[in-house]
Amino acid sequence: MTETLETPVTAKAGATVKKDNDTVKKVIIICSKGTLEDVYAALIMANGALADGRDAKLFFTFFGLDAITKAKADHLHTATVGNPSFMPGMPTMIGGLPGFEAFASYMMQKQMDKMDIPHVTEFIEMIEAGGGEIYACKLAADMFKLKKEDFLPEVKDIITVADMYALADGEGSHFIFI
Amino acid sequence: METMTMNAQHIEVNEEGYMKDPTQWTEEWAHEVAREYNITLTDKHLALLKWLREKHNEGVALNIRKVGKSGLVDVKEFYQLFPGGPLKISSRIAGIPKPVSCV
Repeated sequence: MTETLETPVTAKAGATVKKDNDTVKKVIIICSKGTLEDVYAALIMANGALADGRDAKLFFTFFGLDAITKAKADHLHTATVGNPSFMPGMPTMIGGLPGFEAFASYMMQKQMDKMDIPHVTEFIEMIEAGGGEIYACKLAADMFKLKKEDFLPEVKDIITVADMYALADGEGSHFIFI
Repeated sequence: METMTMNAQHIEVNEEGYMKDPTQWTEEWAHEVAREYNITLTDKHLALLKWLREKHNEGVALNIRKVGKSGLVDVKEFYQLFPGGPLKISSRIAGIPKPVSCV
């Protein structure tokens, strides 16, 4: 059962305090991608839910596991090939040049730093500190031969699909798939 | 115009109960609003509210991460002090506008 804060409207206040946590009480965010922008989307939505007084659970699967793998979490890349929104007009071959993807990812991360967006590992620490829970998918972890010790310490457990659905128990739970 | 009345002083608030003019803030306001959230303000809360007000006056766009680096609390303590949305609740208690950051 999620604890939600209901702000009573004090009689003398005259001001109505909006109760906005009735419909979306909890989000379960499934992240199956390991590209920088997809992982950030998952982290920003989870963190944003917590900051707004909602519950958040993150479930990383397949390439999304990179985001919670110690050796990779802070070195995610953005796709410069097969990504038509990346520098439109630029020939695909340029995007495939050696080092180009790393350079583009570095530039993107630099821009995020300027905007005060934390790196992945710090972001995950913030989410855990805010009461969010982070899980790895068992099947994907087995497939990539990853064990609990390969993941960041904030990863609570390696769980099955059934366990993941159980996270949604209770009213007002919503799934987001990335 | 929505107002809260406190000691015969009318305080203008927006539709979400945030103070429109931060200069109207008093500690009494803080205690009164904190009660709505079942929070009893301690010295730690008050020190943090003071910090939030100072940063707001300096024109800093606040977010939870910045509060976590304030030297007063870490992110976890911040969530514990103001459960249920720390920055939006503390901002309201501190008499500053609702935060607009997505991070």
